[in-house]
Amino acid sequence: MSELTNIISETTNRLLEAYTSREQKHASEAGEWPTELWQALEQNGLTQPLVPESQGGVGTTWSDAFVIAFAAGRWQAPVPLVETIIASWLLSQAGIEIPSGPLTLIDDGHTLHINGDTISGAAAAVPWGQRATHAVAIISINDQPHVVLIPTSKITYIPDLSMAREPRDHLSASNAAFISAPITNTADISLVRCAGAAMRSAQIAGAMQAAIEITVTYATEREQFGRPLAKFQAIQQMLAVAAAKSVEGRMAAEIAFRTIDQTNADLSKAEFDTASAKVVCSEAVEAITDTSHEVHGAIGFTQEHDLHFITQRLWTWRAEFGSESFWAERLGRSILSRGAKNLWPDLIARQSGA
Amino acid sequence: MEDIHFTPGVLPPETAALRTRVRKFLAEHLSDYPSVKRAQSWSGSDRKFSKLLGANGFIGMTWPKKYGGGERSALERYVMLEEMLAAGAPVAAHWIADRQSGPLLLNFGTEQQRQRFLPAITRGESYFCIGMSEPNSGSDLASIRTRGKHTKDGWRISGSKIWTSEAHNSTYMIALIRTQPQDQKNRHVGLSQFLIDMETPGITIRPIQNMAGEAMFNEVFFDDVLIPDDMLVGTEGGGWGQVTTELAFERSGPERYLSSIQLIYELIHELSKNPTERSAIGVGRLIAHLGTLRQMSMSVATMLEAGETPNLAAALVKEIGVGFEQEIPSRAYELTGRVPLLGDDNDFDQVMAYITQSSRSFSLRGGTREIMRGIIARELGLR
Repeated sequence: MSELTNIISETTNRLLEAYTSREQKHASEAGEWPTELWQALEQNGLTQPLVPESQGGVGTTWSDAFVIAFAAGRWQAPVPLVETIIASWLLSQAGIEIPSGPLTLIDDGHTLHINGDTISGAAAAVPWGQRATHAVAIISINDQPHVVLIPTSKITYIPDLSMAREPRDHLSASNAAFISAPITNTADISLVRCAGAAMRSAQIAGAMQAAIEITVTYATEREQFGRPLAKFQAIQQMLAVAAAKSVEGRMAAEIAFRTIDQTNADLSKAEFDTASAKVVCSEAVEAITDTSHEVHGAIGFTQEHDLHFITQRLWTWRAEFGSESFWAERLGRSILSRGAKNLWPDLIARQSGA
Repeated sequence: MEDIHFTPGVLPPETAALRTRVRKFLAEHLSDYPSVKRAQSWSGSDRKFSKLLGANGFIGMTWPKKYGGGERSALERYVMLEEMLAAGAPVAAHWIADRQSGPLLLNFGTEQQRQRFLPAITRGESYFCIGMSEPNSGSDLASIRTRGKHTKDGWRISGSKIWTSEAHNSTYMIALIRTQPQDQKNRHVGLSQFLIDMETPGITIRPIQNMAGEAMFNEVFFDDVLIPDDMLVGTEGGGWGQVTTELAFERSGPERYLSSIQLIYELIHELSKNPTERSAIGVGRLIAHLGTLRQMSMSVATMLEAGETPNLAAALVKEIGVGFEQEIPSRAYELTGRVPLLGDDNDFDQVMAYITQSSRSFSLRGGTREIMRGIIARELGLR
C-alpha cells in the first residue's frame, strides 16, 4: 500500500467509525440526513477522489477509491458516497463543473430521452434520489455518449426505500432542463452501470468483512451449553466457509479496481474484471448473510442489533448496477463466442494488464 | 480477528517470454494428446514427457544451479506450472519431486543428500512419492504408527503407508516415520522423515484401484526394511515441523483450482454450439471464479517469493479452489443435462465421466476440506 492509500484508508475508516454509530444509523433509517458525516467526508476530499486536482478533486487512483468504497461498506455509511464519487468523476471527465452536495447516478440512461434542450423519462429506484442535489446519467445524443446533469429541482421523485431504509426514489422527468457534455472516455453508454458495479462490489466486500467480524465476535462471547459458540465445530466450519467467500469477494473487487487503473479508466476494457467482481461478490451475499444470521440466532433478527444494518444492505447491493446473473450472462456470452481454445490465453492476456 | 486479505500479485515482465516458450513447447510436444488424457492433469504420469521437461529446464526451476536447477524465481515456476496444467500436460511422474521433495531436501537435507538426489530430479529421471497417511490414520497424521528403530546398521522400518500416489512409479519415497514412542501430551514430537529407495528389500507395493478405474495410489508395506543412517532427512524427531513447512507450497498452487479445466473447455465447446441465456449465465459464473482464483493463487505465489509463510492464505486458496474444481461436473451436468456412458467416444462425455469420478479426491488430497476449514477457523480466532 502506498503512503497516500494508507492515509486515505486511515482517514475514511476513522471518520466513518465516528459518524456511523448505531444511534446515527437508526436516525438515518428514520429519514434524518447525517449532515456532520457528509460535511466531514466532503472536507476530507473523500467525495471526489477521482476528480483531477486541477478540477478541485484529489486526483487519486481507482485503487484508492476502492479503499473508500470498501470502508463505506464496512461501516454501512448511510450516504450516497460512492454514487457521488462516480458522478463527480463523470462530470470531471466531461468538463462539467461539479455542483456541491451529494449526487446520485441513473443506472440505465436508456430510459431517458432528450428532446431539444429538455429531458424526459423515468428511472426506478434511484439511490438517495431526493437527497441528492443532482442526478447524473450517460445518454446518447446524436450517437455520442454524453454526461447529463439534471438538477433535482427539475425532477419529480416518488419516494421509496430499500430494505436497509435507504432512499431508492422513483424518478420521472418531464421536459426537464439539463446540462450535458460529450464524454470521450468511452463509446459505451453502460459506463455508469460498470462503474457502479465496481463500487457496489467494493461495498459488498466491506460489508461482508463487517458481517464476519461481528459474527466472530458474537460467537466468541456468546456461551451456550457451557462454552462459547466458537468452540463448536459446526460453528467453526460454517464461519470458515463464509470467511473464505468474503475474502474471495474482496480479492475480485480489488482486482477490478486495479484493472480500471491499468486501463486508464477505460471501463469498456475493464468490463471483464468488473463483471467478475460483481458476480463473485453478489453471489457471496447469500452465504455470508445465511451464516451471520444463523450464528447470531434471534438477536440478529432484531432492530436492536447491528447485524441488520449489514445484511439489509448486502441484499440490496447485490442486485444494484447489475445482479450476478446480469453480469454472468455478459461474461458467458463473450466467452462462448470466443470459444474454448481462447479461454485460457484470453484470461492470461487480460490479467497481465494487456 | 486479523484483517485477512490477499494483496494482488504481480508477475514480473520476464515471465512473459517464459510463458511463450512453454506454450511453444506444449504445442510442439502435446498437440495430438487426447482430451481425456489431458483431464488427468497432474495425475497423468509419463516418464518420457518428464525427461523432456527436464531437458528443457522445466523441473527444479528455482533450485541452485549446482544441483541442476535453473535459479529462476518462484513466479517464473508458477507461470510454467499454470501453462502445463491449463494444457493438461502429464506431469505426475516428477510432480512430487519437483513440488515437495526437492524443496524439502534444499531446506533440511544434508549437502551430500542434495548432491546425490537433486540433479536426477531436475533431469526428470528420479521420481518421488510421499508416505504420510496410514491405515486408520487418515486426517490425523500425528497418529501414524509405522516405526523406525535405530540399530547399528541403520534404521529398521516396519509398518505401512496408504493412499500413496505414484508409489508404483517412484524411485524414492519420503516417508514420515515414528522414531520415538507416541507422547499423548505432545503428539507432534518423535516423528522423522526418511528417504527410502523403493527397491529396498522388504517393501511391497499393493496398487489400489480407484472408483474411476485407475491404479494411481497404493498401499506400501515395510517389513523390517533397513534404511542407512544417511537417509534421515533433517532432524530425528523433528519431522512434523518439516512436513508443515511444505504445506503452504502444497496448498496454494495452480493445481488447486485447475484440476477440472479440461471439463470447462469441453463444456464451453458444447455450449458454444447454441448459446442461450441460461448457458451464458452458467459459464459466466464459473469464469468469474476462475479468474479470481488465479489472482488469489498468484497472490500466494508472490508472498512465497517474498519469503513469507502464508499458511492461512494457502488454506483459503485450497478451500475455495477445491470447491470450484469439484463443482464443475455438477454445473456441466446442469447446463447440458447429459450423463455420459462409458462407451461414449466423444471428448465431452469422456472427460465428463472421468472428472465426475476423479474430482471426489480433490477435496481429500493435501488435507481435507474440513481440515482446511479448521485452519481458517483458527486464524479467525475461533479455536
